[in-house]
Amino acid sequence: MSACLAMLDARIRVLLQYRTVAVAGIATQIFFGFVRVMTFTAFYRSSAAAHPMTHEQVISYIWLGQAFLLLAMFGVDNEISEMIRSGTVVYELTRPASVFWLWYSRCVAARIAPAAMRAIPQVLLGWAFLGLQFPASVLALLMFCLALTGSVALAAAISLLFTLSLLRTISGEGISRMGPALVFLLSGIVVPLPLFPQRIQPILNALPFRGLMDVPFRLYLGQMTWQEGVLALAQQWGWIVGLLLLGRWLLALGVRRLVVQGG
Amino acid sequence: METLSLYLCYLGISVRSQMQYRVSFVIRTLAHFVICGIEFLGLAVLFQRFGQIDGWSLAEVGLFYGMISMAFAIAEAVARGFDIMGRLIRSGDFDRLLLRPRGTAFQVLAQELQLLRVGRFAQALLVLLWSVQALGLAWTSSRIALLLLAIVGGACLFSGLFVLQGTLCFWTIESLEIVNCATYGGVGAGQFPLTIYRPWFRHIFTFLIPVATINYFPAHAILGRVDSLGSTLLVQWLSPFAGFVFLMASLRVWRIGVRRYTSTGN
Repeated sequence: MSACLAMLDARIRVLLQYRTVAVAGIATQIFFGFVRVMTFTAFYRSSAAAHPMTHEQVISYIWLGQAFLLLAMFGVDNEISEMIRSGTVVYELTRPASVFWLWYSRCVAARIAPAAMRAIPQVLLGWAFLGLQFPASVLALLMFCLALTGSVALAAAISLLFTLSLLRTISGEGISRMGPALVFLLSGIVVPLPLFPQRIQPILNALPFRGLMDVPFRLYLGQMTWQEGVLALAQQWGWIVGLLLLGRWLLALGVRRLVVQGG
Repeated sequence: METLSLYLCYLGISVRSQMQYRVSFVIRTLAHFVICGIEFLGLAVLFQRFGQIDGWSLAEVGLFYGMISMAFAIAEAVARGFDIMGRLIRSGDFDRLLLRPRGTAFQVLAQELQLLRVGRFAQALLVLLWSVQALGLAWTSSRIALLLLAIVGGACLFSGLFVLQGTLCFWTIESLEIVNCATYGGVGAGQFPLTIYRPWFRHIFTFLIPVATINYFPAHAILGRVDSLGSTLLVQWLSPFAGFVFLMASLRVWRIGVRRYTSTGN
């Protein structure tokens, strides 16, 4: 446990070094936010029908999405994949701590540090200039914060799964490339999930990916009652536990058939 | 002529090195195809919900999407060599290019041909073919000619942007994420008719980074729609040449960058 916390702490410190990158990233994300806001504005003025979300809610949803973008963007952990490729993964396996939890700590750090560095300034800018609404109520804000905590844990679990898929080099390469694009769409960041067709809503609600963006954002906007919110949070944590168990099993399987290359 | 054969020789080396990992190459190309398809799925969901955008249907927007994505795929395949300029400069390897009896832009360009971009190209082509089919447009020779002109012009425009991105490294040493606003931003913005955006934004992508000239204007001629901005047919036919001009201008800027290059190596 303490080893994992130390890893978490160290990685967050390393990642907080990249401040210029964060500033450039914020500017880029705000630019793309503008493009998306203008696109949705055009869609809303083109259609007189009533939609599950108002135009103002969608704008807030978009800016929250840009602010917390890094929680839904997945790549593989470059250092771990390099270890797997070069064979130095062996050293990791010899450490006197569970390699699974060490790697999970790395993934959590990789989500917290850059997301916090980019999210806080963007939310402030959003409130001040960009038309981001304030949370619907104090309860909404509280639920939003709870859901974000789960979102970080969930995002880290998903990213660890993508990295672990590399233990099966060939099929893993396909999964770790295509998977993130699919998760991106299903998290609600491309199109807010309530705007998807009615008949696929049950599928979206059952999948874990709405826990990344859609659940926290709808809680923020007050689009869920607190009973719905509690259920959504329970589901979010259920998925976190489930995915972590899957990850442990995949790692155990991977280690059993691991052939270390190099000498 | 000799330059061309040298270029082909460079490309042959790049292709052969990519083919060393054949299965990996196939998987990555397929993945690229699927990723772009998922992106289009998002667009389809929006049209399912809203029906149209400022009077444009999904099929019409599909033409805009297909044209700009094909152009971008070509540029990514051919000119992504400029992407690694930061690395070339940091390691001091750029010095080696200066010693060889060929232009630096040529050598950076020739060092890589990213074959996996076939994935995006194929996906964009499918969308374009579907769009033409759905709109019932006939494949007349003038339509095909303008389409090719616009795509090649677009490939030049995006290549020019990659050259500028590489040139920037002479000053910044690092590649900057913010440049993505021009490249990916241009592709993203050009997927829709630019009139849906606010005027200031439209002006940036018409005059500064002339995405409109290889997409918005020619697409009107291809669709046979009257431009609400009032461009004439002549403008719509001539505008793709702005892409070539942009590339030429970018190469000029490149030369300025090379002149102020100071080596970081030892």
